[in-house]
Amino acid sequence: MKSFILALLFFGAVNAFSAEGLKIGDDAKEFSLKNIDGSMISLANYSGDNGLVVIFTCNHCPFSKAYEDRIIDLHKKYAGKGYPVLAINPNDPVSVPEDSFDKMIERAKEKGFPFRYVIDETQSIAKQYGATRTPHVYLLKKHSDNTFKIAYIGAIDDNHSDASSVKETYLSNAIESLIAQKSPAPETTKAIGCSIKWKK
Amino acid sequence: MRNFLILFLLSSVTVFSQVKTVKLDALTSLLNNDADSVYVMNFWATWCKPCIEELPYFEEATSAFSKKNVRVILVSLDSPAELDRVLLPFVKKKDLKSEILLLDEQNPNEWIDKIEPEWTGSLPATIILRNRIKKRVFLEKQLEKEELFTTIQSMME
Repeated sequence: MKSFILALLFFGAVNAFSAEGLKIGDDAKEFSLKNIDGSMISLANYSGDNGLVVIFTCNHCPFSKAYEDRIIDLHKKYAGKGYPVLAINPNDPVSVPEDSFDKMIERAKEKGFPFRYVIDETQSIAKQYGATRTPHVYLLKKHSDNTFKIAYIGAIDDNHSDASSVKETYLSNAIESLIAQKSPAPETTKAIGCSIKWKK
Repeated sequence: MRNFLILFLLSSVTVFSQVKTVKLDALTSLLNNDADSVYVMNFWATWCKPCIEELPYFEEATSAFSKKNVRVILVSLDSPAELDRVLLPFVKKKDLKSEILLLDEQNPNEWIDKIEPEWTGSLPATIILRNRIKKRVFLEKQLEKEELFTTIQSMME
């Protein structure tokens, strides 16, 4: 009996671990994060939208850099349709100085980011969402009760190195599905990316 | 004298590792091998800072376990188009001695799960396995020397 309880405890712990992070259909966790213009941004800032394209990304990662122009294009294409981009930098600037708040401001200016670029200083939002790499996308859909729910998790597309060779535009397909009142298919995808640099 | 000559030839030939470009099936057959050896497969890239930081431990493992049925394989996820410009000069500069494969596949969403379903896609990531005793460990993080060596040793017992 004792070992049975131990086994239950053990599996409980394992399940709790594997359930880390948000899944499709979960309520999006609320946040309050500092934007590069100094204002604090939360889901309330998007109450007039139909959803939100949350992208964990950063300055230094070559994969994030490779996607900067595509993220700008996505925002330009979909912000007007109620799906703006919110870029969140979750990296510890102590281990990667290039990902500091000041450098975020610089990079956003250089590239002319048309979307908000906020810093997850405590890294708690990246942890709650279950983000592990940059870039890592969480597409949120606003429901009729005004809650935001997770509709798609994963990659922007299938080819980081060459935008002209992309065959599967996973993220924009998912946004188009939401606009058409359908569920994205696939709802989750995987991509290679830089590991999020956690505080030590 | 003959041994000495062979040794001399070997050491002069293996100045640094060569890089072999492979497809996914080459990796999956390595991961499913039934040899009674410990396989250490590390996924890395030249652009990945934590990968570069842990690389010396894999190099140490290659030499420390060279006579102990341990095979260390570094799988680069650099762009195959940049083999000559980026990867080969890096391998030469760092004088890497471990076996190096360059994965030439397009859509990660189609191959990540075939390597390891638990892998979310961040680098570095390492698989350590010994199929004969059905042991397999997957580590999606930067490794310290101690954890790498302890995990390898635990599979040799």
